[in-house]
Amino acid sequence: MGAYLVRRLALMMLTLFGISVLIFVLLRIVPGNITDIIFDSAGFVNERQKKKIERELGLDQPIVTQYGRWIAGLAKGDLGYAYVSEKPAIDEILPRIPVTAKLAVLALFFSVIIGVPLGVVSAVRQDTTLDYVLRVISLSGLSLPSFWLGLLILMAFVHFLGWIPLYQSSPGNLGKELALLCIPAAAVGFRSSALVMRLTRSSMLEVLRQDYIRTARAKGASDTSVHYDHALRNAVLPVVTIIGIEAAFLIGGLIVTETVFNIPGVARFLVEAIRWRDYPIVQNLVMFIAIVVVVVNFLVDMTYAMLDPRIRYEG
Amino acid sequence: MSDFALEVEDLQTYFYTRAGLVKAVDGLSFKLKRGETLAIVGESGCGKSVTALSLMRLVADPPGRIVGGSIRLSGTDLVPLDEPAMRAIRGNRIAMIFQEPMTSLNPVMTIGRQISEALILHQDMTRAAALARTIQMLGLVGIPEPEQRAKEYPHQLSGGMRQRAMIAMAVACNPEVLIADEPTSALDVTIQAQILEVIAKLRRELGTAVILITHDLGVVAETAEHVIVMYAGRKVEEGDVRSVFADPQHPYTRGLIHSIPRLALMRSGGAAQPERLQEIPGMVPALSNLPPGCAFAPRCARASDICRREIPRLEEKRPGLVAACWHAGETAAVAHG
Amino acid sequence: MADHDHAAALERAGANVSGWWSSVAFLARKYPLGAIGAVIMVIFLLTALLAGITGLDPFSTDARSSLARPGGEHLLGADFMGRDVLARIVFGARISLTVAVGATFLGCFFGVAIGLTSGFFGGWFDLLVQRLIDIMQSLPLLVMALVMAASLGPSLTNTIIAIAIPLVPSVARVIRSNTLSLREMPYVEAARAVGMSEVRIAVTHVLPNTLAPLIVLATAQLGSAILVESALSFLGLGVPEPHPSWGRMLSESAAEYVRTAPWLVIFPGVAISAVVFGTNLLGDAIRDVLDPRQRQ
Repeated sequence: MGAYLVRRLALMMLTLFGISVLIFVLLRIVPGNITDIIFDSAGFVNERQKKKIERELGLDQPIVTQYGRWIAGLAKGDLGYAYVSEKPAIDEILPRIPVTAKLAVLALFFSVIIGVPLGVVSAVRQDTTLDYVLRVISLSGLSLPSFWLGLLILMAFVHFLGWIPLYQSSPGNLGKELALLCIPAAAVGFRSSALVMRLTRSSMLEVLRQDYIRTARAKGASDTSVHYDHALRNAVLPVVTIIGIEAAFLIGGLIVTETVFNIPGVARFLVEAIRWRDYPIVQNLVMFIAIVVVVVNFLVDMTYAMLDPRIRYEG
Repeated sequence: MSDFALEVEDLQTYFYTRAGLVKAVDGLSFKLKRGETLAIVGESGCGKSVTALSLMRLVADPPGRIVGGSIRLSGTDLVPLDEPAMRAIRGNRIAMIFQEPMTSLNPVMTIGRQISEALILHQDMTRAAALARTIQMLGLVGIPEPEQRAKEYPHQLSGGMRQRAMIAMAVACNPEVLIADEPTSALDVTIQAQILEVIAKLRRELGTAVILITHDLGVVAETAEHVIVMYAGRKVEEGDVRSVFADPQHPYTRGLIHSIPRLALMRSGGAAQPERLQEIPGMVPALSNLPPGCAFAPRCARASDICRREIPRLEEKRPGLVAACWHAGETAAVAHG
Repeated sequence: MADHDHAAALERAGANVSGWWSSVAFLARKYPLGAIGAVIMVIFLLTALLAGITGLDPFSTDARSSLARPGGEHLLGADFMGRDVLARIVFGARISLTVAVGATFLGCFFGVAIGLTSGFFGGWFDLLVQRLIDIMQSLPLLVMALVMAASLGPSLTNTIIAIAIPLVPSVARVIRSNTLSLREMPYVEAARAVGMSEVRIAVTHVLPNTLAPLIVLATAQLGSAILVESALSFLGLGVPEPHPSWGRMLSESAAEYVRTAPWLVIFPGVAISAVVFGTNLLGDAIRDVLDPRQRQ
């Protein structure tokens, strides 16, 4: 177990390093940088001024040096300066994180609470009407663009209740804030719960095909016992992994949902930064997202290792 | 209380598949005495495993179904029972162990828990009492340090020990009949002997009747008193093990016995003449596409017109031995060059 | 035991089904959801291919028809610039199809090539590829596509590339793991013993056996591609003017028209959802058909 942990940590570090290189390179594929945009909008190119700004921003250095400076800065917590606002990048990013985090946790919570039980039911009653209905619902959950769902929810609120549930940060009243966040969380969570439900279902079905289920029946165990004592215990293991995969899917949904519901979170900020070619922000945000995904996956792996006796007691 | 633990009469289990109707078990009848060991042999696809599953009423429906016959366990017919009644009997009065001990044990439950489950379910024991009995059973099947083993998970045990644990699980409630479906096929040869010894010991001490399903004639010779040979879903020969092995009446049985190395047979009193290894030409027919007469006819050197037209009936060819063959007893050797 | 109607049970199991047409009919009856998915996909395909002959014009603006309600001249209404919604949806199918098929094809092509090579030949190439796959899969599809789209600039081709690139690692991973297990198959060993070159073995023996999971994967990727394209266009970073994109139709109408012109929000979204739903249904059914679950 200990060796497993160390191996996973090392792998994680390696992956993060690779991601940082990848992001850095991807953003610089197309020649041209922010100075071009500044001068594009001005209409003319003043070469001397351009070079001056480039020097200030450190854009005249070779790529490798620029990368080095960024990484060194990351280690220190200095993320550089945003091009647009010229404030330290970290000051722009940090305050936007909490609301996104709350939204993400709420959405994940919904998806597990709804997805797992429905997935089990669907598997246990395979091929019945209930199963078909649930499968269709979950498929539609995967088919609806989450931003469209968000728009529809907005429409419904406006039409039936007359008010638009746009986000207002109400510091102090956490309960009210969370309640309001439930609505966009539902929009994001619908897709996630559909995914969790489908994967729980297929995991359960896979487990129910195993030999040891036949053994349990041969012992005379009742259906309930077979499904919940025997099968579910084995089926949840992949579901835990699924939650890790969900972390990645969720972020995509957060990006569009924050845009639709006008939530000043970190995900929406990414889009804004991209539009403005604000590379320091984009770089750091994408890195941040990658770190979150990798760390969540790591935690999920650890949880899985604890739950599965085959890994916990390695001989 | 009848003399017989199990009386099977004209059992028919059919499968409805895309390839057509598969008569996996087609009219099988036999009686199992208390405390007796009966072996059912045949190649894969002959219907022996389906027979075992049918006895436990574990045949998946769809695509399979018991369409006819009766299975009497100490007088009670199992075929018409509803599920709850059958569940009370499974694992309790009739139990089964399977071929692959690794995949047949739940990987996330301790051994002790899995064995105790049967006890709690059928004997209404408390957790503590069941655990005590579990440890006792583990000791009975020859597992060292049973208290420690009970707390362990399947993957922590070796193949042989897992199979012993499976056996302990099956006999925990002292069933009248134990069905062992290829219990040693997945194990090393050295472990095989140990497992067979465990089964034999339990038979002696608990008086359980055992149905041993296998394709390995060596195993049959070692452990069984009575043997049934199955081919294409039907019984083709039945009798006392020594008698059948010494002078088999059905050409298929003859072929089976002649195609194994003589060492094991010589030990249990087979013919002393070493012969060349002979194989049975051809392949087992697809059960959805059986020939009209005797199912073995296409592969049989002695086959004649009547064989291809009519299915031979089971007749007593010698005291205590029945076979289904129009040419049983003819000493013409299997054509071999 | 009740009387057994062998014939009925056999028919349900599909015995005695021969011939192409009855096989299709049997499959449709056994997998009704998949059949519905197939129908949706056919409709989608036909709409995209035959858009030109319908006489609809998605580009012409008409100030008088601005925000027209559905009905009459504009069956599904009109947008702010008076462009016909129905026309834009029909022609939008073309864009969605182009982007989805293009991205999926590219992604699968490179994914198979990389996965097959990596899994079959192993070595340092495989190690490198594995790490790259891990890295790229740490970023969600939309984020990767966003970054790519941002760095490449908005255009139809760039959108296709931006979506294709993140798809490659998913495909490569599946194909690679399949290849790894297929590599150990006895017929590969046999082919080697006969003297076949490694490359030939990989292409003629291993590749065809990876096709089944690939088809399932590709249908799923198709749906993902459509959703990501619509999200990108919704955010303004996908397919640009003048191409009619369902996703961009939704962004142009966003929260502003939610109250005043709901048809601008409803119809494009229905189109996206319906098509992705179709790919999912079809993909699920294909997976069920190809799944070796038959216990005889």
